[in-house]
Amino acid sequence: MKDFEVKKNKRELVISKIKEGTVIDHISAGKALLVLKILGIDERTRETISLAMNVPSKKMGKKDIVKVENKFINEEELNKIALIAPNATINLIKDYEIVKKFKVKLPEVVEGIILCPNKTCISNAKREPIKSRFYISVKDGEVAAKCHYCGKVLKNIAEHLL
Amino acid sequence: MRHLISIEDLSRDEIVKILNLAEKFEDVARGSRTLKILEGKILANLFFEPSTRTRMSFEVAMKRLGGDVINMTAQEASSIAKGENLADTIKVVSKYCDAIVIRHPLVGAARFAAEHSEVPVINAGDGAGQHPTQTLLDLYTIRKECGRIDVKIAILGDLKYSRTVHSLIKALAMFDADMYLISPPQLSLPEELYDEISERAKVVKLEDVLEELDVIYVTRIQKERFPDEEEYRKVAGSYKITVETLKRTKSNLIILHPLPKVDEIDLAVDKTKHAKYFDQAFYGVPVRMAILVEVMKSERF
Repeated sequence: MKDFEVKKNKRELVISKIKEGTVIDHISAGKALLVLKILGIDERTRETISLAMNVPSKKMGKKDIVKVENKFINEEELNKIALIAPNATINLIKDYEIVKKFKVKLPEVVEGIILCPNKTCISNAKREPIKSRFYISVKDGEVAAKCHYCGKVLKNIAEHLL
Repeated sequence: MRHLISIEDLSRDEIVKILNLAEKFEDVARGSRTLKILEGKILANLFFEPSTRTRMSFEVAMKRLGGDVINMTAQEASSIAKGENLADTIKVVSKYCDAIVIRHPLVGAARFAAEHSEVPVINAGDGAGQHPTQTLLDLYTIRKECGRIDVKIAILGDLKYSRTVHSLIKALAMFDADMYLISPPQLSLPEELYDEISERAKVVKLEDVLEELDVIYVTRIQKERFPDEEEYRKVAGSYKITVETLKRTKSNLIILHPLPKVDEIDLAVDKTKHAKYFDQAFYGVPVRMAILVEVMKSERF
């Protein structure tokens, strides 16, 4: 739990421990809000969220951390985070202890979270019962997403989240 | 259930199987032999964009095999567009027929239609996406006229928006053809497509490769795909094949074009032995007969 107790010049904790829930650590700095977006968490959902940005990190220089209280987010959902934060690690917490820890893995397919930038793609049609669907791969060291419907390939996924 | 949405849905062997079957149907396509193997079957032609050759050749192909056709033209489609969405249209029409041929202005529309259809869907062009049945007839024409598919071919014109090109290059790469890509800079092949075929393709100038070529595949600049007219005007009329162009080519070079052509091939070229685009348009019939039989899985031939 060291990462969540970073002290700066003897001041207080950056964010406190949670009793139960999901901690997403090692998020690339500046991407915490996008992580929440990918998980579909906003003012309309019920979870209590703590968020730290630009936290000093030995491994990453700077990183973001997100804590979701009283909710164990399933692995499939969490793996979507790899699209924008491939180094993110997940800690599931019970009674202040880590009960499971794992790294996110890139999903092969994601539905309904990327907007196809091709304006003539059927997935952007307004009145159709359609969800965007993208196939994920790593191309030249970058995460790439290919549209199931029009074949458009994206690399800068963070800019195309729905 | 078998759909034909993208040329990549077919393996090299499956493509050869369709071409071989098309060869057996050529005399039926010409009307010199009667065959009723699709008798009792109904094909629905759903054209949300104008079409002459593709729609008519599918209709002829179906009728030559004893089947029947119901049509929805672009005009009717536009009235449907006022109320009903594509998913509902497909759900309903697929209850009326044994296969659907669809042309639609949006890329991916045929794949989406297949997801909502109870019968096989054949993509007859989805915006700037794919046109796999055109590719099969292009391959058929090349094999018929050149005796093989692994030719040296120049693909000339609108490589950015041309769905016939987007399908054809993938198939030619499967058959180890050498492709020379020639276009105005604004109309070059999209990067993701070039990446898929880069081992077999080079971007060149036509005059640098003329002597080597077996085939020149010419496409029209499609005004309807440009986001604005100004962009279209910048490239309109930027290339033309003339009798003069053909002086340096091999004597058995063939010129293909998916048609309609406007002014990218000089009319005088039509009369030369190199012009094969009208034969190519005819081969659309036996090839589409083979496709219809394949998707409807008739075992009776």
